[in-house]
Amino acid sequence: MEPVTEGTILAQDGDLKTQEYFVNMGPQHPSTHGVLRLVLGLDGEIITKVEPHIGYIHRSIEKMCEHDNYRQIVHLTDRMDYLSAHINNEAVCLAVENALEIEVSDRVKVIRTIFAELTRLASHQLWWGVMGMDLGALTTFLYAFRDREMINDIFEETCGARLTMNYNVPGGLMFDLHPNFQKRVKEFLVHFKSKLPEYDMLLSDNVIFRQRTEGVGVLSKEDAISFGVTGPTARGSGVSCDVRKLHPYSAYDRVEFKEILMADGDSFARYKARILEMWESISIVEQLLDNIPEGDILAPTKAVIKLPKGEFYQRVETARGELGVYVISDGGKSPYRLKFRSPGFSNLFVLEHIAKGAKIADLVAMMSTIDIVVPDIDR
Amino acid sequence: MEESGYFDFSPIVNNIHESLAASFSPGWAMAIAWALIGITLILFAALSVIILVYVERKVAAFFQVRLGPMRVGPWGLLQTVADFIKLLMKEHITSRNADKFLFNLAPFIIVTAAFLGLGAIPFALGLHIFDINIGLFYITAVSSVGVLGILLGGWAGNNKYSLIGALRSGAQIVSYELSITLSLLAVVVLAGSLQLSEIIASQENGWWIFKGHISAWIAFVIFMIAGTAETNRGPFDLAEAESELTAGFHTEYSGIKFAMFFLAEYLSLFIIASVGATVFFGGWLPFHIGTWQAFNHIMDYIPPIVWFFGKVAGIIGIIMWFKWTFPRLRIDQLLILEWKYLLPINLFNLILVSFIALMGWYF
Amino acid sequence: MKAVAKYFSGIAHGLKTLLTGMKVTGYYFSHARKEIITQQYPENREELQMFERFRGIVEMPHDENNEHACTGCSACEVACPNGSIEILWQRVVDPETGKKKKIIDKHVYHYAMCTLCNLCIIACPTDAIVMGKTFEHAVYDRKQLTQILNKPGSKVRADVKD
Ligand code: SF4
Ligand code: SF4
Repeated sequence: MEPVTEGTILAQDGDLKTQEYFVNMGPQHPSTHGVLRLVLGLDGEIITKVEPHIGYIHRSIEKMCEHDNYRQIVHLTDRMDYLSAHINNEAVCLAVENALEIEVSDRVKVIRTIFAELTRLASHQLWWGVMGMDLGALTTFLYAFRDREMINDIFEETCGARLTMNYNVPGGLMFDLHPNFQKRVKEFLVHFKSKLPEYDMLLSDNVIFRQRTEGVGVLSKEDAISFGVTGPTARGSGVSCDVRKLHPYSAYDRVEFKEILMADGDSFARYKARILEMWESISIVEQLLDNIPEGDILAPTKAVIKLPKGEFYQRVETARGELGVYVISDGGKSPYRLKFRSPGFSNLFVLEHIAKGAKIADLVAMMSTIDIVVPDIDR
Repeated sequence: MEESGYFDFSPIVNNIHESLAASFSPGWAMAIAWALIGITLILFAALSVIILVYVERKVAAFFQVRLGPMRVGPWGLLQTVADFIKLLMKEHITSRNADKFLFNLAPFIIVTAAFLGLGAIPFALGLHIFDINIGLFYITAVSSVGVLGILLGGWAGNNKYSLIGALRSGAQIVSYELSITLSLLAVVVLAGSLQLSEIIASQENGWWIFKGHISAWIAFVIFMIAGTAETNRGPFDLAEAESELTAGFHTEYSGIKFAMFFLAEYLSLFIIASVGATVFFGGWLPFHIGTWQAFNHIMDYIPPIVWFFGKVAGIIGIIMWFKWTFPRLRIDQLLILEWKYLLPINLFNLILVSFIALMGWYF
Repeated sequence: MKAVAKYFSGIAHGLKTLLTGMKVTGYYFSHARKEIITQQYPENREELQMFERFRGIVEMPHDENNEHACTGCSACEVACPNGSIEILWQRVVDPETGKKKKIIDKHVYHYAMCTLCNLCIIACPTDAIVMGKTFEHAVYDRKQLTQILNKPGSKVRADVKD
């Protein structure tokens, strides 16, 4: 069955005029992935306006950071984009390390990279499962969680926590790797490489799924850039914005991987970008896993970390896009101001732009492929 | 039907009837007979829905690599009973600006429609409440009354989500009604009758799915798709679409009224599956292969009622399989599927099948 | 003609992809016995083993003489980002040197405020506190979440230097 070519026909002259109405989608709604509220203007099934209202789980993390010392800040970032907890931690640690000009050992760099990629895999797996569920294929959710569970176990064995890991500390890592780590990751890779094609069989190739996503929510390259969209969402529109490539940090400069760029900019392109990104993450982990160098896991730091006076910025690529950590220090033991540039925030607001004229069902598909995590937006 | 060795329920039914007629005046006998039938039907419906819900949950669990209900009773067998009791005891909530009368009426309409359909299903030889000569027509007609309940319920709840769900459901059922009827017509043309017992009798020497060549297959595939849509189940569950409309048309319902929608949904699933089993798979007829006498005799040992429920279970299983595999369609795609694909193919298939029937190219 | 061919190949392709999907789920359904991954939680309490680094709750291990290693140095209190730890100490006179000395009175731990970040554990100079592996901490009263980690009558192990 060919994709739908007919555009959505809004009311034309001479058509029956219908009243526009508003629907509150959220804050409690199954597909807003948390407490996000969208005020929809609807003309029948067709969306005339989307207005995201955010802030329902604002916890003032940025303000709290101003009272915490640099070691303590790290664990707060776990709670922003909880699906990229490790990468958020890494961002803060890198910012502090750069400001103090500490050189962490190669071992730390490699372990951080492996963990970051595993985090990305786990995040994309969860996204895939939820994406299927949003579109009505409830089974994908459980399959994704089955595979994600193995990564969570790996994290739990090494860091002691599954989601809010707090594994990074300024200067290195909290613990060394668990002896089982390599074995478990290898098991996982073998398992997941056999399951990832099933993801394609269940959704990517499915004719219904294709129709639901192809041509839906087209985000042009120009719009993606002007809205500041990053991550797989932007790469689905062909914007090269992978921080891992453009400004390599940790061990990304020593691994081979492709930046996935899709041309179409529709929901399917964003979907495909993430699926292909999973393959790239697998390959990065494979490249690093067998040659983790020896070295210290913690570079010596002062008991009380004080950043020199000035402004410091560190960007990393989380599973959702570019996370920026902007620290202004007045030389004290906690930052004068700390600003997170979170990917979810910029990505969400593009929804207003791309959802006009689509149907309610399309909105769900768009929201899934933008892959929002509300705590990341609200902070 | 010629003399056959199948277990016949009609003597039992006649016995009950005669004893009633002997002890009561004709009017009372009739009334009591109808009451008996009604009670039996309600009990049967309640039981089958309870079983179906349990099966659905277990099947879903196995598709999703989980265990499913395991707590209440062995393997969670009593789970749906417990859920049902819970639903019975829940508070009835009616939102403030709801249209109270229609709001309360809707669940009854939908359940009544489902029950009406159940009356015309031939469960086994002689176990058939009313075997009217337009049985198939009757079933398709009453099964579309249910949408009225959905429309009313969605409208009366004074909730925008449920209104959208209800209107979606209206559009969906009106269109898929066509497909389901046309696909059944293909077999009606072959069998030459709308009476369900006649259709079964015509399959004595082989089910229509085998005798009807390619056109029966096409009709069956379309029937499965349209039947899934007709019962509002995934991938056609747009009326509920919990990721879009929270719970669709029954968003505002709670407690026993919600349970009635639930009941009706599973009953209509059962009805669709039994119609499919009757029309394409010979109803309660055992599986026979041409002239393999020995094999056919073994098959005859399995009682017809088991055959019937086995076939129904098979079709329900496939419909569940659909639900737990596919993503949901969008409303315009749903209509495109119907009007651009199923309907033309169906009409073409009808011509084909008429031609086959005319030429006598079936067994 | 081309459009007709496209129409039918579209249907065939669509059906094929649908069947592929059904094959995947069908496999899991038919191999449910092997593939099921969920466990029955309260029943499997015995077998359920947490990883050795699992962070469940902050605990202070005591040895058989009811002695612990906490000197009351407050390092954990300072390290904690959430103020979950409060150290109440008292001054006693050291019987040997005759000098005044701080010792631990109560190590108060508010589980309700703890984010299990592990910072207190790595901050402790004497490894007096560890992460416990229990995870069933639901209580009926919020007050029960505030615990005093050093047991009544316990004292600092003699070999612990501060
Ligand atoms: S684990 Fe973290 S939050 Fe909990 S008491 Fe220790 S330092 Fe505080
Ligand atoms: S637990 Fe450790 S850090 Fe905390 S007061 Fe006792 S000795 Fe000091």
